[in-house]
Amino acid sequence: MAVISYREAVARGLREALQEDPRVFLVGEDIGPYGGSFAVTKGFWEEFGEERIKDSPLSESAIVGAGVGAAMAGLRPMVELMTINFSLLAMDQIVNHAAKIRYMSGGQFSVPLMVRTVTGGGASVGATHSQSFEGWYAAVPGLYVVVPSTPRDALGLFRSCRDLGDPVLYVEHILLYGSRGEVPDTPYKIPIGQAEVKRLGRDVTIISYSRMVQVSLAAAELLASEGIQPEVVDLRTLRPLDMETVVQSVKKTHHAVVVEEAPKQGGFGAEVAAQIQHQAFEYLNAPVERVAGEEVPIPYSMPLERLAIPDADRVARAVRKMLAQ
Amino acid sequence: MGRRLAKSQLLEFYRQMHLIREFERECERQYTRGNIKGFLHVYSGEEAIAVGAISTLQPQDYVVTHYRDHGHALARGVNSKAIMAELFGKATGCSKGKGGSMHLFDAEKNFMGGYAIVGGQLPVAAGLALASKYRGEDRIALCFMGDGALNEGEFHEAMNLAAIWKLPVIYFCENNLYGMGASAANNLVMYQEIYKMAAAYGIEGIQVDGNDVLAVRELMEQVTHRVRHGQGPLFVEARTYRLRGHSIADPANYRPTEEVAYWQARDPIPRFREWLLAEGLASQEEVDEIHAAVEREVVAAAEFAEKSPFPEPGDLYRWVYQEDGK
Repeated sequence: MAVISYREAVARGLREALQEDPRVFLVGEDIGPYGGSFAVTKGFWEEFGEERIKDSPLSESAIVGAGVGAAMAGLRPMVELMTINFSLLAMDQIVNHAAKIRYMSGGQFSVPLMVRTVTGGGASVGATHSQSFEGWYAAVPGLYVVVPSTPRDALGLFRSCRDLGDPVLYVEHILLYGSRGEVPDTPYKIPIGQAEVKRLGRDVTIISYSRMVQVSLAAAELLASEGIQPEVVDLRTLRPLDMETVVQSVKKTHHAVVVEEAPKQGGFGAEVAAQIQHQAFEYLNAPVERVAGEEVPIPYSMPLERLAIPDADRVARAVRKMLAQ
Repeated sequence: MGRRLAKSQLLEFYRQMHLIREFERECERQYTRGNIKGFLHVYSGEEAIAVGAISTLQPQDYVVTHYRDHGHALARGVNSKAIMAELFGKATGCSKGKGGSMHLFDAEKNFMGGYAIVGGQLPVAAGLALASKYRGEDRIALCFMGDGALNEGEFHEAMNLAAIWKLPVIYFCENNLYGMGASAANNLVMYQEIYKMAAAYGIEGIQVDGNDVLAVRELMEQVTHRVRHGQGPLFVEARTYRLRGHSIADPANYRPTEEVAYWQARDPIPRFREWLLAEGLASQEEVDEIHAAVEREVVAAAEFAEKSPFPEPGDLYRWVYQEDGK
């Protein structure tokens, strides 16, 4: 087991793909000599050449669309969108084309395209650069939405994404790149659509994904010191959604708190909460609680930004309140 | 130009153009009978473009187009029965009933689809061409768009991308002078010389009479040859006119009578037929035979579509994702 960063885990997944599969090539803004705006592809251009590490103009729709076409032609393009905020400029290609071509063609064509992008706030980059749209994409049949929270998951899920014959939105978190964790030396994979219990507990189930898993784990530590033992479930993929693991945990703890970074209204957590109450209603000792982003654009000023995004204290407070009822 | 081509090829052009026109007439009939649902955009009046342009492609080349796609599919050799069945929503359709009029696909013909979000097909075509270049294949992409697509951001993005990456793609604008009900000349764009817009991307733009199948063919012979041999992308604007409304729901009352009359006089099909007869390249009997054969084909397509089964309820979830064993 080596300890590597989340950034290194993604880079390792990409490097393996390039080494093992000649159909794989990368397209993105400043992924070439610059090395990627989050330095994930640092050194790739030198190693694999400009035909496989293709620097692109600032044309999100065109590069995702080019990925769609190349994937239809049998290649395995991996397109980097600098952040998920910019993915809105490519939403037509992702939602209207990539996700629907297999279906609309009656199974004649497939789009094995990976779109990597970066979600989340907390980096003091203001309202247009701090959003968490992965939940929107999770509403689109035909897409996979993958949201790793650790280096181990980032690499293991990445490897599994390569086996998928359909478009994947692989969502990295802006604040997780430097986080470190153990990664097996074996060529392990993590199945798509399988949530994981990241921390065993008995009193409450905290369900989240991406960076909010780390926040939830920190909250669990706070609560543990007070004698509360939360179980933390990491969804790992939003589509497909593994409710079985969630429901199993909730049946044990009888309490569920769903944590996400995006604003609460219409957030992905609402889907999780709805399914919990439907599938485990008689096991619940309290209504499903939600902790989510505030109903505001993410502000620039750091003290305000901290208020807009859930942190461990807020998660812990929600758990305490629920258990006190 | 025409005399350079074999008689059989010229007659085939005529057959295809006539087939498209009659196929679309049948579509309109079937729509009024309720057998075709949703949107129906017929290609009537623009046949010379699809037939002339697609005739210059090789089987391995890609065709990508917009939602007014029946003509391109027929010119590419997609089975007319499968197209009609698709419009009826039947399981035997070329998209298994999942696509409909605006989303025809045929992998065997490298017919990469009709795209119904205006401009959306342009980046996809760039990607297909990129794949050819990446693998060093002799395989180009021909991408059709209407004049409405020029005002979409994806036009700008795709043209620039194709140019800087020197992709083997032809962007072919069918300029029928209207974006839905709005006249391009009056309402939509300041600049009417569409083909000249390509120059801004470092792409050569060429204009052609889209109602003259031989002119389209002649130009596209050169264009496909150049793109196939490393020229990078080229842009073609064909001036044409749709003889019907934007869709079946559109009586096209917004068009001046004189304008319609002008273009009806330039209908590509009678124009080509008269030329064939005048040049002695076809006899009236041969023309009649083609008409009879086309009529049989269209009737057979409608019968096939009518008799074909609808998809099973269990097909609802098929092909959302890759299925096991495929």
